[in-house]
Amino acid sequence: MKTFLFIFCMAPLLVFAAAPGIELDKAPIDTTDNASLQRGAKTFVSYCLTCHGASYMRYNRHRDLELSKSEILDNLVLTGQKAGDLMLTAMKPKDGETWFGVAPPDLSVIARSRGADWLYTYLRSFYRDESTVSGWNNLVFDRVAMPHVLYEQQGEQKLTIATTDDGKVGAKREIKKLELVVPGTLSKSEYDQYAADLVNYLVYLGEPAANDRKQLGIIVMIFLFGMLGLAYLLKREYWKDIH
Amino acid sequence: MSKQLNSMIEWIDKRFPMTSNWKAHLTEYYAPKNFNFWYYFGSLALLVLVNQLITGIFLTMNYKPDASLAFASVEYIMRDVDYGWLIRYMHSTGASMFFVVVYLHMFRGMMYGSYQKPRELLWLVGMAIFFVLMSMAFTGYILPWGQMSYWGAQVIVSMFGAIPVIGETLSNWLLGDFMLSDAALNRFFAYHVVTLPVILVTLIFVHVLALHEVGSNNPDGIEIKANRNPQTNIPVDGIPFHPYYSVKDIVGVVVFLIIFCGIVFFAPEFGGYFLEHNNFIPADTLKTPDHIAPVWYFTPYYSMLRAVTVNFLWIDAKLWGVILMAAAVVIFAFLPWLDRSPVKSIRYKGPIFKFALTMFVISFFVLGWLGMKSPTPLYTLLAQIFTVIYFAFFILMPWYSKIDKTKPEPTRVKK
Repeated sequence: MKTFLFIFCMAPLLVFAAAPGIELDKAPIDTTDNASLQRGAKTFVSYCLTCHGASYMRYNRHRDLELSKSEILDNLVLTGQKAGDLMLTAMKPKDGETWFGVAPPDLSVIARSRGADWLYTYLRSFYRDESTVSGWNNLVFDRVAMPHVLYEQQGEQKLTIATTDDGKVGAKREIKKLELVVPGTLSKSEYDQYAADLVNYLVYLGEPAANDRKQLGIIVMIFLFGMLGLAYLLKREYWKDIH
Repeated sequence: MSKQLNSMIEWIDKRFPMTSNWKAHLTEYYAPKNFNFWYYFGSLALLVLVNQLITGIFLTMNYKPDASLAFASVEYIMRDVDYGWLIRYMHSTGASMFFVVVYLHMFRGMMYGSYQKPRELLWLVGMAIFFVLMSMAFTGYILPWGQMSYWGAQVIVSMFGAIPVIGETLSNWLLGDFMLSDAALNRFFAYHVVTLPVILVTLIFVHVLALHEVGSNNPDGIEIKANRNPQTNIPVDGIPFHPYYSVKDIVGVVVFLIIFCGIVFFAPEFGGYFLEHNNFIPADTLKTPDHIAPVWYFTPYYSMLRAVTVNFLWIDAKLWGVILMAAAVVIFAFLPWLDRSPVKSIRYKGPIFKFALTMFVISFFVLGWLGMKSPTPLYTLLAQIFTVIYFAFFILMPWYSKIDKTKPEPTRVKK
């Protein structure tokens, strides 16, 4: 039995190799860092919300980020909208289709489908490509319809492809590298932080209750472990006379 | 006070069999005293059922079964409904945990021969519960109307379409449309919240009733009713379910809740296994995802569906896949008649059965794992091999269970 279990556990290791793909960078985020979330929120409403909605999210929910109602109204809410409104984009989906070929997707839960690391890599992997309609391309999303909205901050990158050949047959690999050719208003590390703040916010946006959830979870766990002790003592007491 | 209470109970008992039922099913229902770890999962399945019913009712209050509103209404529950996220995660985690406990519950039955005489009918009712549970999971998974809801359902619906002659009519009738759309979402919602729960609860009631008629099996697989105390007529190895197993099950319940709440509060997506990443993208009828994978509990069967790649005997590969998949589920129901072993429990069965069961478990896990992957020639070959092993466990059982060298059963249960 044990031998079988061993073989069973090990079999996947023998047979299956990892699929090739672009390696994603780990997003340096912390959803309890309100300063970072506030910066991300600001970037989001200034740049993303122009075309993408976050239509399941209400502005006044940003109280989570320790913002007061007036701060939310002053800094986040677009003119003409109320604090209790959903974060809808001004762009009509039909217009989006005309301008970009596809309607820009809603970003409310984008962090839950794409994952933080993908978004973080994506936001930093735009490069100039004259063969596309927008003049931009992206390493993790080939021929993406979206142009590089944050190019002023990041600057412009160029793609270089190097081939490695260590002599073995079939070992030739393409290594794609991005190179900054036109500098932006932010340095590389500043832009990385800028992107990380935005991704941090997108993760928060995907599940605003996540922090509450974990906090409540700790209390529930403490209660359950206490209850486990009591339940066990009760069981032991009753079962004393069973032999 | 207690005098008044007694007279009230008496008043009820004259009109409704309260005390007699309480005794028959709890305080004087004698269960074997040697239940081990594997015997928690029956009561845990009941706990998860209650969890699903209660959280389900609250979800229904805010969910909108409309193709244009469903996805947003789920997010509304997650954001704007007080503790909506908790209710939703309890329900989604409960769905997966239902299958965890039911699979372990079934495995317990297979290990200790709980399907053997006199428990054949109990096993069959259990199998019916398993089918209904699968339908519940399928209809429920469609409701959030995400990409995986839509395209996963598309795969299942196309299976009905593979049935010759009536297939297309059947699938149109099921969907209420020529394609998966709002009409289907509405009727699947109706099945999920009314039809199937009523059937499920009824079957579980019958399951418990059947169990209490024949009595529980135990890890030794011997009948405790065969050995009664001559004075009291109570099985010598039996103990009253209440209070002994009720207090013991509370420990099991709390341990289960620690795991359950650990998932609900700290990993509700469970790495994309309980809530798939792609299901956070609203259903798009024009954009097929690169990779369609059902939720983990269906993946062993999904593997078998994809395993057949050749047309054979005038039946095309797709239909063979559907037949295999259905057979893989239904074949459990034949276990009571496939097993010719003179003993019930794995403790006294021979090495061939132990080997066969181990191979079966391995094939179940490997098929489950393969079902999550995009098919490649190697994966398809593996799926074919393990499908054969899966079926061999059942089909060869009448033969190997007969020639297997068994050990003698004891007359009393062991600790």
